[in-house]
Amino acid sequence: MIPFSIDGQAVEGKEGGNVLQVALDAGIDIPHLCFSESVKPYGACRLCLVEVVKGGKSKMTTSCTYPATEGIQVLTQTEKVIRARRMIIELILAMCPGDKLIQDMAKEMGVNGVRFKQDDKDCILCGLCGRVCEEIVGANAIQFAFRGDRREMIPPFQGEALSCIACGACVIVCPVDVIRMKEEKDERTIVRWKRTLKMKQCKVCGNYFAPWFQLEKFKEQAKLSKDFFDVCYTCRT
Amino acid sequence: MIIRTKNDLEKIREKGLKSLYPGATKISVGMATCGLSTGAGKVYEAIQKEIEKAKVRILLGQTGCIGFCQREPVVDILEPGKPRVFYQGVTSERSGELVQKWLENKVVEDLLFCKMEKEDRVLEGSVKNYSIQRIPAGINGTPHYHQVPFYSKQLKIALRNCGFINPDHIDEYIARGGYFSLYRALFEMKPEEIIGEVKRSGLRGRGGAGFPTGNKWDSCRKAKGDRKFILCNADEGDPGAYMDRSILEGDPHSVIEGMIIGAYAIGAQEGFIYVRDEYPLAIQKLKIAIRQAEEAGLLGENIFGSGFSLKINLFRGGGAFVCGESTALMASIEGKVGEPRAKHIHTTESGLWDKPSNLNNVETWNNIPVIVSRGADWYSKIGTQGSKGTKVFSIVGKVKNTGLIEVPMGATLREIVYDIGGGVPDGKKFKAVQTGGPSGGCIPESLIDMPVDYDQLTQVGSMMGSGGMIVMDESTCMVDIAKYFMNFLKSESCGKCTSCREGTKRMHEILTEITEGRGTTDHIDLLKELGWVTAEASLCQLGATAPNPVLSTLRYFQDEYEEHIINKRCPAKVCRALLRYRILSDVCKRCGKCIKVCPAGAITGKAKTKKESGKPFKIGTEKCTRCGMCFEACKFKAIEVE
Repeated sequence: MIPFSIDGQAVEGKEGGNVLQVALDAGIDIPHLCFSESVKPYGACRLCLVEVVKGGKSKMTTSCTYPATEGIQVLTQTEKVIRARRMIIELILAMCPGDKLIQDMAKEMGVNGVRFKQDDKDCILCGLCGRVCEEIVGANAIQFAFRGDRREMIPPFQGEALSCIACGACVIVCPVDVIRMKEEKDERTIVRWKRTLKMKQCKVCGNYFAPWFQLEKFKEQAKLSKDFFDVCYTCRT
Repeated sequence: MIIRTKNDLEKIREKGLKSLYPGATKISVGMATCGLSTGAGKVYEAIQKEIEKAKVRILLGQTGCIGFCQREPVVDILEPGKPRVFYQGVTSERSGELVQKWLENKVVEDLLFCKMEKEDRVLEGSVKNYSIQRIPAGINGTPHYHQVPFYSKQLKIALRNCGFINPDHIDEYIARGGYFSLYRALFEMKPEEIIGEVKRSGLRGRGGAGFPTGNKWDSCRKAKGDRKFILCNADEGDPGAYMDRSILEGDPHSVIEGMIIGAYAIGAQEGFIYVRDEYPLAIQKLKIAIRQAEEAGLLGENIFGSGFSLKINLFRGGGAFVCGESTALMASIEGKVGEPRAKHIHTTESGLWDKPSNLNNVETWNNIPVIVSRGADWYSKIGTQGSKGTKVFSIVGKVKNTGLIEVPMGATLREIVYDIGGGVPDGKKFKAVQTGGPSGGCIPESLIDMPVDYDQLTQVGSMMGSGGMIVMDESTCMVDIAKYFMNFLKSESCGKCTSCREGTKRMHEILTEITEGRGTTDHIDLLKELGWVTAEASLCQLGATAPNPVLSTLRYFQDEYEEHIINKRCPAKVCRALLRYRILSDVCKRCGKCIKVCPAGAITGKAKTKKESGKPFKIGTEKCTRCGMCFEACKFKAIEVE
């Protein structure tokens, strides 16, 4: 274990771990949007900024990408950190004024209005959906495209996400809940990625419970038996 | 032939010398991109035809850019026994004349640029004097190369061969001392000694950040790992900057030699040159150079028979500015999206494919053979306390002489702008110099006597960057300039970090408001706050330096911002929305020209005829689109802009 301190509190991190995870585990709250413990840290939203004091030198950095390092002092509430975080949440709020979570976070940080023109986007470009799709699901159905202020998370060539298995992992991981999934009869649609897939029927209850593509992919990845998904989760347990 | 010994290298050198200084007249046409874009290709063909017609033995070749890009196409003629003569602005129509007159021992006087009686040989530390026996008629009034103001204050180390060798001939490179440094490094020096020499030389990275090269090499050498990479950053993307392109087009072997020496010192077995695809000629020259070096046994397996091997691959970048950032560049080579990542572990330890990787810029690599050949003591005598050697700058904008220059570190901005650049043309007043590329800063006239080096530039809120230098005069609006660079940066940020993507976008938005007359006094503080966050909170150096154009113009030209915001005036008369066109009734002759050209129908009045005196002319502010057509059309200067 690697000992260091966060806001004066002694903490311990795992080898290869990051400061944000250690803080969250220790009950120290650092605001964040693009971090999830199930995928690799990315450092895009910049909200989890902290000051790290190492060897007498202090620098501001994102805690999600900073490795747990012996002896460092992490400061999560300095004037500089709060000042930067406020502007960042204001920038995100100006980009996505309709997102409930962002509105709440902004309010909590004391940001009550934006000084910029308001865009009408909904995606905060945290990239969690794409990273989960790549790192966990292995489908690689969506990716960031374009640079700078034209950046977007999209399926290839803005068409239907042809390698999407409609598993819905992106729906769950999206912090601002803008990826919607709908199920009608034997079809599931991930609206944002324009992907509709046929679902499989449970042999016991007769309900359509998951897309064929998803079940096949999971069977293959987890090396499950051929008939494993003949029965739905509810009927199996 | 495969070069195995120093003797072999000497033999090639002899061959190269014959090619550089043949026993006949040799005409070289500057055929780098700057030359070709002004018609050097046609000039070459025209000279070729003329030579065929003349039926005399005249050799024709091509060379790189000699720096004075504004005067291209540049043609030089070298004949044994005569001074070397450089022509400027040669056209295909007049190419024949050059050859004919030369054969008559005359010159075409109005195209003369300069003459040369000796050549500096930097790598060898010698001067080659031409033996002069005959002087062509009409040449006496022409200045010597070293006396031309553009060149007299320059010291060419990085550009040592550009314009003097045919970049496609490895022999000519060797003839001017090339690959002897590699021999020395491989057989007379231990890797640690090379690194020590580079450290002592004080060389700092020429790509912009100015990290001490020797230290970088040292940490890469000491990094654990069997497989190490050596990389060359040729993803030069600053608008108006083309130092690296010129080196690659005019002297590609210098970069390759530097890389081989570096690879040997660090212990790397494979290298990549990441060159932007918008540099087709540089890519072509590099391909040729790599092939030639491989064929000569100077690259590939068992270099010089020393047992050391290195493979160098060429990787073409797809056009993203951010790929010049080290981690984005490596991601791009790996086949991923060119996006920077956090580097709490240095790339010298974990870089390309997580292996220790050493990345240096084209100009840095190009300096290495000189340091090995001349030694750290010699090299470190050039420059200032903290910045050693020379730096190549591309000097462009509102300056008489534009082109590529190389000066010792510590040369003052005044020397660069006035002595070398010739000052501001058209009698206008100098205003500022922008250095460091899009994320550099604007340096005002009050600092014109500052010596240019890494630390001084950072201190005044700009940076060295890769070496772009844009001169601005009184007709440049500083708010507009900041907006221009912010537009570039908001489009070229990779978009990963909120602070950089949204910060640059919002700064651009506010600057647009200001230039269009909708600025408010709060905007200045908001710009400063945005600038601070963009710099402090972003991951890579692109974000960290992105606000520089805004912050440096605010630092030195805040009054100009205030003029835009409070008085709704653009002092430089650039921001269209803030301009007011007015007709001076006492100057106006009522000729009616302005009414005819006005596309908006904004001008009222009646033109004077023989019978009538007409009615006074007026511009309706509401209808006027500030296109300036009337201003251009008026012969009597009766239209005033304010």
